[in-house]
Amino acid sequence: MKWLFIAHILFITQYLSAKEIVVCKSCEINDIQTALTKAQNHDRILIKKGVYISKNIVINKSIELIGEDYPIIDGEHKVQVITVGISDVTIKGLIIKNSKSSYTDDIAGIKIENVHNVVVEDCRFYDNFWAVYLAKSDNCKIVNNIIRGSAKRETSSGNGIHLWNCKNALIKNNKISGHRDGIYFEFVENSSIIGNLSEKNIRYGLHFMFSHHNEYLENTFRANGAGVVVMYSKHIKMIGNHFEENWGPAACGLLLKEITDSFVSQNVFYKNTQGILAENSDRIEFKENQFIENGWAVKIGSSCLDDYFYHNNFIGNTFEVATNSTMNNSVFSENYWSDYKGYDLDRDGFGDIPHRPVRLFSYISEKYPQVLILLRSLFVTMLDLTERYMPVFSPETLIDKKPLIRKWIG
Amino acid sequence: MGDFIFPVFFLISFGLFYLGNEASKVIASLINIVLFILPLVSIVFGTMYFYNSREFMELMLAQPINRKSIFLGKFTGLTLSLSLGYVLGVGIPFVMFGMKDYSEIATFLTLILSGVCLILIFVAIPFLISVIFEDKVKGLSASILIWLYLSVVYDGLILFMIVTFSDYPLEQPVIYLSALNPIDLARIMMLLKIDMSALMVYTGAIFKKFFGSSMGLGISFFSLVLWIIFPLLAGLKLFNKKDF
Repeated sequence: MKWLFIAHILFITQYLSAKEIVVCKSCEINDIQTALTKAQNHDRILIKKGVYISKNIVINKSIELIGEDYPIIDGEHKVQVITVGISDVTIKGLIIKNSKSSYTDDIAGIKIENVHNVVVEDCRFYDNFWAVYLAKSDNCKIVNNIIRGSAKRETSSGNGIHLWNCKNALIKNNKISGHRDGIYFEFVENSSIIGNLSEKNIRYGLHFMFSHHNEYLENTFRANGAGVVVMYSKHIKMIGNHFEENWGPAACGLLLKEITDSFVSQNVFYKNTQGILAENSDRIEFKENQFIENGWAVKIGSSCLDDYFYHNNFIGNTFEVATNSTMNNSVFSENYWSDYKGYDLDRDGFGDIPHRPVRLFSYISEKYPQVLILLRSLFVTMLDLTERYMPVFSPETLIDKKPLIRKWIG
Repeated sequence: MGDFIFPVFFLISFGLFYLGNEASKVIASLINIVLFILPLVSIVFGTMYFYNSREFMELMLAQPINRKSIFLGKFTGLTLSLSLGYVLGVGIPFVMFGMKDYSEIATFLTLILSGVCLILIFVAIPFLISVIFEDKVKGLSASILIWLYLSVVYDGLILFMIVTFSDYPLEQPVIYLSALNPIDLARIMMLLKIDMSALMVYTGAIFKKFFGSSMGLGISFFSLVLWIIFPLLAGLKLFNKKDF
C-alpha cells in the first residue's frame, strides 16, 4: 500500500511537470506535426474538434495525444495516418480515417512497432487498410475503440486489430467490422481479448496462430465470413464467448486446429453452419457450452486425442456430432442432448440408455453431400434408427453413457 | 373426420409445448408428425369415407343432381373438415404458447400451408382409387401402397441414385426429382425454414437458391397444384362415366 502511494506521488509530480499543448484550427499551433516537434516527453497534446490532414504523423516522444470531441485525422488514402515509434504513448479520443492501402506494405491507421506500453483508447477508425497494427510491442492496451472497414476482397484488405510478436496485450471492448480478420494474433503470448464485438468481417472474426497462454473472454463473433479460427496454439482459455450466425459452405463458429491443453467453456454457439470444427486438437476441455440450432454442433476429427465434453447443452441442432472415421478418442459425458430418445426410470437425472449423437445420415451426407435434400425424410429417420440400435458406421465409443435428462443450468 | 384430427394434433402440439417450451423444437417435432401422419390419415380416411358412403351416394345419384357436384361436394366436405381440424389442432397451442418472433410465425404459416396442401392431395388420390376399384380391400391396399411409395420408397430410391451415381453432378436432377413428390416438397419447404444453418454448405446452398428463387417457388407450387388437380379431375371423369 505504501509503495503504491509513493508510486502515485511520483506519478503525480511527473504529471505536474508536464505541460499541455493545445492544437486547434484557429490556435497558434494548428497542426499536429508542429505540436509534436514542440512537445517534450510526458507532455499532453490536446486536439480540439476539426479535421486535420495527416502527412504521416510520427510520434517520437512519449506523450499523450488526446482528442476533444473526436477531431478527425485524415490520411486521404495517401499515407499511414499515425506511426508510434517510441514507448509510453497514449492515444485517446480521435477519429482516424482513410489510411493508404497497398499490396506490398502493411499500412495502418495506427502502427505501433518495436515499442512498449502504448495505449489506444476511445478512438474510431474508419476505412483504414489496417486499423491498429502492433508488431514486437509489449504491454499495449487497445480499449473501447470502434473500428469500421470497407473491405471488399481478402487479398486487398487488412485486419482490424493486428498483433504480431507481442506480449501482455489487452484488447478490450472494441467493436470491429468490415475488415479482413477482425482481430489477428500471431506469436502473441499472455494476452487477453475481452468483451469485443467482431462482426461482418470478410474472413475471420478472430484469427489466432502460434499464440500460447492467451485468453479470450466474453467476446461476440457474429456473421463473419468463416467464423473464428484458432490454430497451432497451446494453453488457450475461451470462456463465455458468443459465436453466432456464421453461415457458409466452410463457415464455422470456432475452428480448432492443432490446439492443445486448452479450455473452452460457457460459450454459446448459435445458428452456425458448424459450431465447432476440431482437427488435431488434443486435451481440450469443452464444458458448459450451449450449442443451439447449428447445422453441425460439433465436428470432431479422428485426429483429436483425449478431448473431454461434459455438461454441454445440445439443443435443436440438425446434426449433433459428426466425425470422419470409426475411431474416436474423445469422451462425451453428462451432456444434455435434445435429440435423446431415452428415459430415466431410476430418476437419478441421467438417461438409462446411452445416447449416440452421431447419426448415420451425417456420415452419408459427409460422403455424398447431395443427400442433404433428404434431411428429415421418413426414410432417413428409419436409417438413423437402425444405425442407432445396430451401429456399423459410427464410432462404437462415441457415445454419451450418462446423458442428462434436463438442460445443464450450472 | 375433423373431430378425430383436431384432438390428435391438439394433444400432440399441446403436449410438445408443455414438455418442450421452445417453439423451434416443437416445430421440428411437428414436422415429422405432419409429414408422417397427415398423409397416412388423409389417404386412409379418404378411402374409407368414399367406400362407406357409397350406398348414400347411389341414393343421391338417383336424384336429379349432377354427378360433378356430388363428387366435388364429397371432396370439399372431407378436405374442409380435415383441414379445419388440422389448422385448429396445431394453431391453438401455437397461439397459446409460441410465436415469439417473425421467423417463428413464418415457419408456423409454412407448416400450416404445406399441411393443408398435403391433405388436399392425399384426399384427391384415394377418391381416384376408390372410383377405379370396386373392392374396398383392393382400394385400401392401393392407397396405402401409394402412401408408402411417396413417403418412404421414393426417398430411398433418390438416396440409392445419389450413392450409385455419386461421380456425376446430381444437384439439379435431385432437385427436380424431389419437386415431383408432394411429401418431399412439403418437407423441403420446412427445411428452408428450420435447417438453414445446415443447408448453407455448398450443395445445400444450391438447393436453397433453387427453392428460394421465383422459378423454384413456381415449380414447387405448380407441382403441388398438379398433384391436387390431376387425381381430382381424373377421379371426376371416371366418376361421371362410372356405371353404378
